[in-house]
Amino acid sequence: MEVGQLQRSFVEYMTSLFREGFLDAQFSQLQQLQDDSNPDFVVEVVSLFFEDSERLLNDLTMALDQPNVDFKQVDAHVHQLKGSSSSVGAQRVKNCCVPFRNCCEEQNTEACLRCLQQIKQEYLLVKNKLQTLFELEQQIVAAGGAIPMVQ
Amino acid sequence: MSSSYDVSSSLNNKNANLNVGKKLKALIVDDDPIVRMVHKALLKKFGMETHEAKNGQEAVLTQRSGACFDLILMDLDMPVMNGRQATKELRDMHVCSLIAGVTSLGEAEKKSFMDAGLDYYYQKPLAIDVVRNLVEKIKDDA
Repeated sequence: MEVGQLQRSFVEYMTSLFREGFLDAQFSQLQQLQDDSNPDFVVEVVSLFFEDSERLLNDLTMALDQPNVDFKQVDAHVHQLKGSSSSVGAQRVKNCCVPFRNCCEEQNTEACLRCLQQIKQEYLLVKNKLQTLFELEQQIVAAGGAIPMVQ
Repeated sequence: MSSSYDVSSSLNNKNANLNVGKKLKALIVDDDPIVRMVHKALLKKFGMETHEAKNGQEAVLTQRSGACFDLILMDLDMPVMNGRQATKELRDMHVCSLIAGVTSLGEAEKKSFMDAGLDYYYQKPLAIDVVRNLVEKIKDDA
Protein backbone atom coordinates (compact mmCIF):
# COMPACT_ATOMS: atom_id res chain seq x y z
CA MET A 1 0.00 0.00 0.00
CA GLU A 2 1.35 3.47 -0.77
CA VAL A 3 1.99 5.96 2.04
CA GLY A 4 -0.91 8.28 1.21
CA GLN A 5 -3.36 5.42 1.30
CA LEU A 6 -1.95 4.15 4.61
CA GLN A 7 -2.26 7.64 6.07
CA ARG A 8 -5.86 7.91 4.91
CA SER A 9 -6.66 4.51 6.47
CA PHE A 10 -5.04 5.67 9.68
CA VAL A 11 -7.14 8.85 9.84
CA GLU A 12 -10.32 6.92 9.08
CA TYR A 13 -9.56 4.28 11.69
CA MET A 14 -8.64 6.81 14.32
CA THR A 15 -11.78 8.85 13.63
CA SER A 16 -13.92 5.73 14.00
CA LEU A 17 -12.34 4.97 17.40
CA PHE A 18 -13.37 8.41 18.65
CA ARG A 19 -16.79 8.24 17.00
CA GLU A 20 -17.57 4.85 18.51
CA GLY A 21 -16.43 6.04 21.92
CA PHE A 22 -13.51 3.63 22.34
CA LEU A 23 -11.24 6.63 22.88
CA ASP A 24 -11.83 10.13 24.20
CA ALA A 25 -10.01 13.47 24.29
CA GLN A 26 -7.47 12.18 26.79
CA PHE A 27 -6.01 9.92 24.10
CA SER A 28 -5.54 12.92 21.77
CA GLN A 29 -3.80 14.67 24.64
CA LEU A 30 -1.34 11.76 24.95
CA GLN A 31 -0.64 12.08 21.23
CA GLN A 32 0.05 15.77 21.68
CA LEU A 33 2.57 14.96 24.40
CA GLN A 34 4.55 12.73 22.06
CA ASP A 35 7.42 14.54 20.36
CA ASP A 36 11.00 14.01 19.20
CA SER A 37 12.26 13.92 22.78
CA ASN A 38 9.59 11.37 23.64
CA PRO A 39 8.94 9.47 20.39
CA ASP A 40 7.36 6.30 21.82
CA PHE A 41 5.34 7.96 24.56
CA VAL A 42 1.86 6.77 23.50
CA VAL A 43 2.92 3.15 22.99
CA GLU A 44 4.74 3.18 26.34
CA VAL A 45 1.78 4.56 28.30
CA VAL A 46 -0.68 2.25 26.57
CA SER A 47 1.57 -0.80 27.18
CA LEU A 48 1.63 0.07 30.85
CA PHE A 49 -2.16 0.36 30.73
CA PHE A 50 -2.42 -3.14 29.20
CA GLU A 51 -0.14 -4.56 31.87
CA ASP A 52 -1.96 -2.83 34.70
CA SER A 53 -5.45 -3.70 33.43
CA GLU A 54 -4.61 -7.37 32.97
CA ARG A 55 -3.30 -7.56 36.52
CA LEU A 56 -6.40 -5.80 37.87
CA LEU A 57 -8.80 -7.95 35.83
CA ASN A 58 -7.08 -11.07 37.20
CA ASP A 59 -7.27 -9.72 40.74
CA LEU A 60 -10.96 -8.93 40.25
CA THR A 61 -11.68 -12.40 38.88
CA MET A 62 -10.04 -13.97 41.91
CA ALA A 63 -11.64 -11.60 44.41
CA LEU A 64 -15.13 -12.33 43.04
CA ASP A 65 -14.47 -16.06 43.11
CA GLN A 66 -14.12 -16.16 46.91
CA PRO A 67 -16.93 -17.65 49.03
CA ASN A 68 -16.99 -14.42 51.04
CA VAL A 69 -16.37 -11.59 48.64
CA ASP A 70 -14.43 -8.64 50.04
CA PHE A 71 -16.37 -5.88 48.29
CA LYS A 72 -14.12 -3.19 49.63
CA GLN A 73 -11.18 -4.79 47.89
CA VAL A 74 -13.17 -5.30 44.69
CA ASP A 75 -14.16 -1.64 44.77
CA ALA A 76 -10.51 -0.60 45.26
CA HIS A 77 -9.48 -2.60 42.17
CA VAL A 78 -12.28 -1.06 40.11
CA HIS A 79 -11.28 2.39 41.32
CA GLN A 80 -7.72 1.74 40.09
CA LEU A 81 -8.98 0.50 36.74
CA LYS A 82 -11.11 3.62 36.41
CA GLY A 83 -8.04 5.76 37.05
CA SER A 84 -5.80 4.00 34.55
CA SER A 85 -8.45 3.79 31.82
CA SER A 86 -9.21 7.49 32.19
CA SER A 87 -5.47 8.27 32.04
CA VAL A 88 -5.19 6.75 28.57
CA GLY A 89 -8.65 7.80 27.35
CA ALA A 90 -10.07 4.26 27.12
CA GLN A 91 -13.54 5.71 27.53
CA ARG A 92 -15.70 2.59 27.26
CA VAL A 93 -13.62 0.75 29.88
CA LYS A 94 -13.82 3.80 32.15
CA ASN A 95 -17.60 4.02 31.65
CA CYS A 96 -18.03 0.41 32.82
CA CYS A 97 -16.41 1.25 36.15
CA VAL A 98 -19.22 3.45 37.50
CA PRO A 99 -22.00 0.79 37.47
CA PHE A 100 -19.43 -1.75 38.71
CA ARG A 101 -18.70 0.38 41.77
CA ASN A 102 -22.43 0.73 42.44
CA CYS A 103 -22.76 -3.06 42.44
CA CYS A 104 -19.92 -3.23 44.97
CA GLU A 105 -21.75 -0.81 47.18
CA GLU A 106 -24.87 -2.99 46.96
CA GLN A 107 -22.64 -6.02 47.71
CA ASN A 108 -24.27 -7.82 44.78
CA THR A 109 -21.93 -10.61 43.64
CA GLU A 110 -24.01 -11.63 40.60
CA ALA A 111 -24.19 -8.05 39.35
CA CYS A 112 -20.47 -7.59 39.98
CA LEU A 113 -19.71 -10.69 37.89
CA ARG A 114 -21.82 -9.31 35.04
CA CYS A 115 -19.93 -6.00 35.27
CA LEU A 116 -16.63 -7.87 35.24
CA GLN A 117 -17.63 -9.75 32.06
CA GLN A 118 -18.59 -6.49 30.41
CA ILE A 119 -15.42 -4.71 31.42
CA LYS A 120 -13.27 -7.64 30.19
CA GLN A 121 -15.04 -7.49 26.87
CA GLU A 122 -14.55 -3.73 26.52
CA TYR A 123 -10.92 -4.04 27.55
CA LEU A 124 -10.19 -6.73 24.93
CA LEU A 125 -11.97 -4.67 22.29
CA VAL A 126 -10.00 -1.48 22.96
CA LYS A 127 -6.75 -3.44 23.26
CA ASN A 128 -7.35 -4.97 19.88
CA LYS A 129 -8.24 -1.59 18.35
CA LEU A 130 -5.16 0.10 19.79
CA GLN A 131 -2.88 -2.68 18.58
CA THR A 132 -4.32 -2.32 15.09
CA LEU A 133 -3.75 1.44 15.30
CA PHE A 134 -0.11 0.97 16.33
CA GLU A 135 0.46 -1.54 13.51
CA LEU A 136 -0.89 1.00 11.03
CA GLU A 137 1.49 3.59 12.48
CA GLN A 138 4.42 1.24 12.05
CA GLN A 139 3.47 0.58 8.43
CA ILE A 140 3.32 4.32 7.74
CA VAL A 141 6.72 4.89 9.34
CA ALA A 142 8.22 1.88 7.50
CA ALA A 143 6.94 3.34 4.22
CA GLY A 144 8.70 6.61 5.05
CA GLY A 145 5.59 8.64 5.92
CA ALA A 146 4.63 10.84 8.87
CA ILE A 147 1.81 9.93 11.26
CA PRO A 148 -1.12 12.25 10.57
CA MET A 149 -2.57 14.19 13.53
CA VAL A 150 -6.24 13.54 14.13
CA GLN A 151 -8.09 16.07 16.26
CA MET B 1 -12.94 18.49 32.37
CA SER B 2 -10.62 19.67 35.08
CA SER B 3 -11.85 22.23 37.51
CA SER B 4 -9.78 24.50 39.62
CA TYR B 5 -10.30 26.24 42.88
CA ASP B 6 -8.21 29.26 43.56
CA VAL B 7 -7.76 29.96 47.24
CA SER B 8 -7.17 33.68 47.40
CA SER B 9 -3.98 34.59 45.65
CA SER B 10 -1.73 32.64 47.94
CA LEU B 11 0.80 32.52 45.14
CA ASN B 12 1.56 36.18 45.43
CA ASN B 13 2.92 36.16 48.91
CA LYS B 14 4.17 32.76 49.92
CA ASN B 15 5.11 30.92 46.76
CA ALA B 16 8.08 32.95 45.71
CA ASN B 17 9.80 31.04 42.94
CA LEU B 18 12.05 28.60 44.68
CA ASN B 19 14.35 27.81 41.78
CA VAL B 20 14.93 31.24 40.27
CA GLY B 21 17.11 31.21 37.19
CA LYS B 22 17.14 27.42 37.13
CA LYS B 23 14.90 24.87 35.54
CA LEU B 24 11.59 24.73 37.44
CA LYS B 25 11.26 21.57 39.51
CA ALA B 26 8.15 19.53 40.14
CA LEU B 27 7.35 16.56 42.33
CA ILE B 28 4.71 14.12 41.08
CA VAL B 29 3.06 12.20 43.92
CA ASP B 30 0.84 9.34 42.73
CA ASP B 31 0.68 5.58 43.30
CA ASP B 32 -0.42 4.92 39.71
CA PRO B 33 2.59 4.53 37.36
CA ILE B 34 0.44 5.48 34.35
CA VAL B 35 -0.55 8.77 35.96
CA ARG B 36 3.07 9.48 36.90
CA MET B 37 4.16 8.82 33.33
CA VAL B 38 1.49 11.13 31.86
CA HIS B 39 2.12 13.90 34.41
CA LYS B 40 5.85 13.67 33.77
CA ALA B 41 5.32 14.16 30.04
CA LEU B 42 2.91 17.05 30.70
CA LEU B 43 5.39 18.90 32.91
CA LYS B 44 8.35 18.19 30.63
CA LYS B 45 6.41 19.70 27.76
CA PHE B 46 6.64 23.01 29.62
CA GLY B 47 10.32 22.58 30.44
CA MET B 48 10.00 21.42 34.02
CA GLU B 49 12.37 18.99 35.69
CA THR B 50 10.37 16.20 37.33
CA HIS B 51 10.79 13.94 40.34
CA GLU B 52 8.43 11.23 41.50
CA ALA B 53 7.04 9.81 44.74
CA LYS B 54 4.75 6.76 44.94
CA ASN B 55 2.88 7.87 48.07
CA GLY B 56 2.57 10.72 50.54
CA GLN B 57 5.25 9.41 52.83
CA GLU B 58 7.81 9.30 50.02
CA ALA B 59 6.91 12.90 49.23
CA VAL B 60 7.47 13.98 52.83
CA LEU B 61 10.78 12.08 53.01
CA THR B 62 11.96 13.62 49.73
CA GLN B 63 11.22 17.04 51.14
CA ARG B 64 12.94 16.22 54.46
CA SER B 65 16.08 15.19 52.57
CA GLY B 66 16.36 18.79 51.46
CA ALA B 67 14.71 18.78 48.03
CA CYS B 68 12.97 21.94 46.94
CA PHE B 69 10.14 22.06 44.42
CA ASP B 70 8.26 24.84 42.67
CA LEU B 71 5.24 22.62 42.15
CA ILE B 72 3.89 19.46 43.76
CA LEU B 73 1.14 17.47 42.03
CA MET B 74 -0.56 15.51 44.81
CA ASP B 75 -2.90 12.55 44.39
CA LEU B 76 -5.38 11.90 47.21
CA ASP B 77 -5.96 8.15 47.47
CA MET B 78 -2.59 6.47 48.03
CA PRO B 79 -1.29 3.62 50.19
CA VAL B 80 0.95 4.26 53.25
CA MET B 81 0.09 7.97 53.43
CA ASN B 82 -2.68 9.71 51.53
CA GLY B 83 -2.40 13.09 49.86
CA ARG B 84 -4.39 14.94 52.50
CA GLN B 85 -2.09 13.88 55.31
CA ALA B 86 1.04 14.44 53.21
CA THR B 87 -0.08 17.96 52.29
CA LYS B 88 -0.76 18.72 55.94
CA GLU B 89 2.68 17.44 56.97
CA LEU B 90 4.41 19.40 54.21
CA ARG B 91 2.66 22.61 55.28
CA ASP B 92 3.55 21.87 58.93
CA MET B 93 7.17 21.64 57.75
CA HIS B 94 6.64 25.14 56.24
CA VAL B 95 7.02 23.85 52.69
CA CYS B 96 5.78 26.72 50.56
CA SER B 97 5.79 25.02 47.15
CA LEU B 98 2.64 25.37 45.09
CA ILE B 99 0.68 22.20 45.84
CA ALA B 100 -2.05 21.11 43.42
CA GLY B 101 -4.31 18.25 44.41
CA VAL B 102 -5.14 16.01 41.45
CA THR B 103 -7.83 13.42 42.14
CA SER B 104 -10.38 11.26 40.43
CA LEU B 105 -12.85 11.62 43.28
CA GLY B 106 -14.89 14.56 42.04
CA GLU B 107 -16.04 17.43 44.18
CA ALA B 108 -16.92 15.44 47.30
CA GLU B 109 -13.41 15.39 48.72
CA LYS B 110 -12.52 18.91 47.64
CA LYS B 111 -13.06 20.81 50.86
CA SER B 112 -11.15 18.56 53.21
CA PHE B 113 -8.29 18.22 50.72
CA MET B 114 -8.14 22.00 50.18
CA ASP B 115 -8.20 22.52 53.95
CA ALA B 116 -5.06 20.39 54.30
CA GLY B 117 -3.18 23.17 52.53
CA LEU B 118 -3.65 22.86 48.77
CA ASP B 119 -3.39 25.84 46.47
CA TYR B 120 -5.48 24.21 43.74
CA TYR B 121 -7.73 21.23 43.26
CA TYR B 122 -8.07 19.51 39.88
CA GLN B 123 -9.81 16.44 38.63
CA LYS B 124 -8.03 13.77 36.66
CA PRO B 125 -7.11 13.59 33.90
CA LEU B 126 -5.10 16.80 34.01
CA ALA B 127 -5.44 18.81 30.79
CA ILE B 128 -2.51 20.40 28.94
CA ASP B 129 -4.06 23.88 29.36
CA VAL B 130 -4.31 23.46 33.13
CA VAL B 131 -0.61 22.58 33.36
CA ARG B 132 0.32 25.45 31.03
CA ASN B 133 -1.53 27.89 33.33
CA LEU B 134 0.11 26.46 36.43
CA VAL B 135 3.60 26.76 34.95
CA GLU B 136 2.88 30.30 33.73
CA LYS B 137 1.70 31.29 37.19
CA ILE B 138 4.91 30.00 38.76
CA LYS B 139 6.99 31.86 36.17
CA ASP B 140 4.98 35.08 36.57
CA ASP B 141 5.56 34.93 40.26
CA ALA B 142 9.33 34.65 39.90
